[in-house]
Amino acid sequence: MINKSDSKVHSLATVPIPGQAPSISMMVVLSSIAMVSGFLVVLISQLTAPIIAENQRRAIERALVQVIPASVSHEEFLLQDGKLLPAGESATGESVYAGYDANGELVGIAARAAAQGYADMIHLLYGYDPACECIRGIRVLKMAETPGLGDKIIKDANFQANFDALDARVDMQQMALANPIITVKHGSKQHPWEIDAISGATISAKAVGKALNQSAQMLLPQLQPLMQQIGRQEQQP
Amino acid sequence: MSQRKSDPRITWDSFAEGLWKNNPVFVMLLGMCPVLAVTNSAMNALAMGLATTFVLVASGYLVSLLSRFIPRQVRIATYIVIIATFVTIIDYVIQAISLDLYNSLGAFIQLIVVNCIILGRAEAYASKHSPLKSVVNALGMGAGFTFALLCLGSVRELLGAGALFGFDLFGAQFQPWIVMVLPPGGFLVLGAWLLLFDWLKQRREQKQLAISGEQTNAV
Repeated sequence: MINKSDSKVHSLATVPIPGQAPSISMMVVLSSIAMVSGFLVVLISQLTAPIIAENQRRAIERALVQVIPASVSHEEFLLQDGKLLPAGESATGESVYAGYDANGELVGIAARAAAQGYADMIHLLYGYDPACECIRGIRVLKMAETPGLGDKIIKDANFQANFDALDARVDMQQMALANPIITVKHGSKQHPWEIDAISGATISAKAVGKALNQSAQMLLPQLQPLMQQIGRQEQQP
Repeated sequence: MSQRKSDPRITWDSFAEGLWKNNPVFVMLLGMCPVLAVTNSAMNALAMGLATTFVLVASGYLVSLLSRFIPRQVRIATYIVIIATFVTIIDYVIQAISLDLYNSLGAFIQLIVVNCIILGRAEAYASKHSPLKSVVNALGMGAGFTFALLCLGSVRELLGAGALFGFDLFGAQFQPWIVMVLPPGGFLVLGAWLLLFDWLKQRREQKQLAISGEQTNAV
C-alpha cells in the first residue's frame, strides 16, 4: 500500500501535467518579449528625445520673455562657488538666465525658485532687474494648487501686480537682501518688498514669497560682483 | 495555450460591445482611477482616452498574436510587459506633442499600465480571439472609454470653469462651480451619468418586456 501511494506521488512530480509548459519555454518567451520591449522603448526614446528637449527649451524661452519683458535673447549660466560658468554639458550648478536687449545690453536676470505650496511644490521662474534692483515678474513653471483658489497666484491680476517692481536690494555687506521679501495679509502691503497675499489663497501666496526670498537671499548677493562679467552679451563670431 | 472560441467572424457587435452594451466605465465600472482623476477638463479627458485606446489596441493585437506561444503560468507577467512597453511609448509621444498636456495629465499616463480595462481585455478577449477581431474589439472599448471620459470631462469643465476645450462659453459674469473641477466633482458627475445610463437601460428592458408580453398574448 505504502509503496503504491509513494510511486503515485513520484509520478505526479516528474510527469508534466498536460497543458503545463516546461520552465525553459517560460524563460524563452519572457526574455524574448522583454528584449523586444526594451528595443521598442529605446527606439522611441531616441526618436522623441530631441523633440522633447526642444519643447522644454521653448517653454523656458517663453517664460523668460515673460519675466524679463525687455529681453530679446537669453543665455544660460551656471552659478558654482561664486563663479559664473557658461552652461555646457560638463558644468553643474544653479541655473541663471541672463536676458539681453537688441544691443546686447543686460536687461535682466532670471532664476528658478521653489517652495512647498498647499498641494505640492510650487516651481517658479522670476526675473530680476539690476537697474532698479527689483523683481520684475514671476512665472509659475509647475504647481498643483487647487483650481479656483490656489491657482489665483497665476490668474489674479492684483497678485501679479506685486511683481511689477518688488524691491530686492542687497544690503551694504553684500551678504543678504536689505529687506527680506515677505508675504503680508491681504490689503496690508506697505513696503515695496512686501507681497500682498490673496484672500482665500494665503498658503499659496506665502509659498511664492518664501520661494522668492530663499532664492533671492542666496543668489543675488553672489551675483552682485559678477554683473560685470555678464553685462554685455558676447557677440557670436 | 488557451482555447479559441469557435466563431471567428467579426461582427458589428465585436466593435459596439465596448461602446454601449459593455461600456468599460458606465456598465463595467472599470478604470475608475483615471476616470475620476483626469476628467477635470475635456482636453485632458480626450487625451487620456486616446492614449488608453492606443495601448488597448496595440497590446490587444500583440497578445492575440502571441497567445499561442505564451505559457499559461507566465501569461499575466507577459501581458504586463507588453502593456508597459506601449504605455512608455505613448508617454514619450505625449511629451513630444505637448509639455503642457503632459504636465496636466501627471502620473496618470504611466498608470495606464495598471488600468484594469487593458489587462481585462488582454486576458478575457485578446487571448481567445484572432488578432483582427481583438483589434476591432479594443477599438470599440477604447472608443467607449474615451466617450465616457468626454462625458465627464465636458460636464465638469462646463460647470467648473465655464468653458469647453479651453474656449470660454459663458463670458466673464459666469460664476464657476469650482467644486466640479475638484475631486468631489468627479464623483458627483460620475454618479449623475450612472443614474442616467441605468435609467435608460431599465426603460429599454421594460419596453422589451412589454413587447414580448404582447407577443405571447397574441399567440
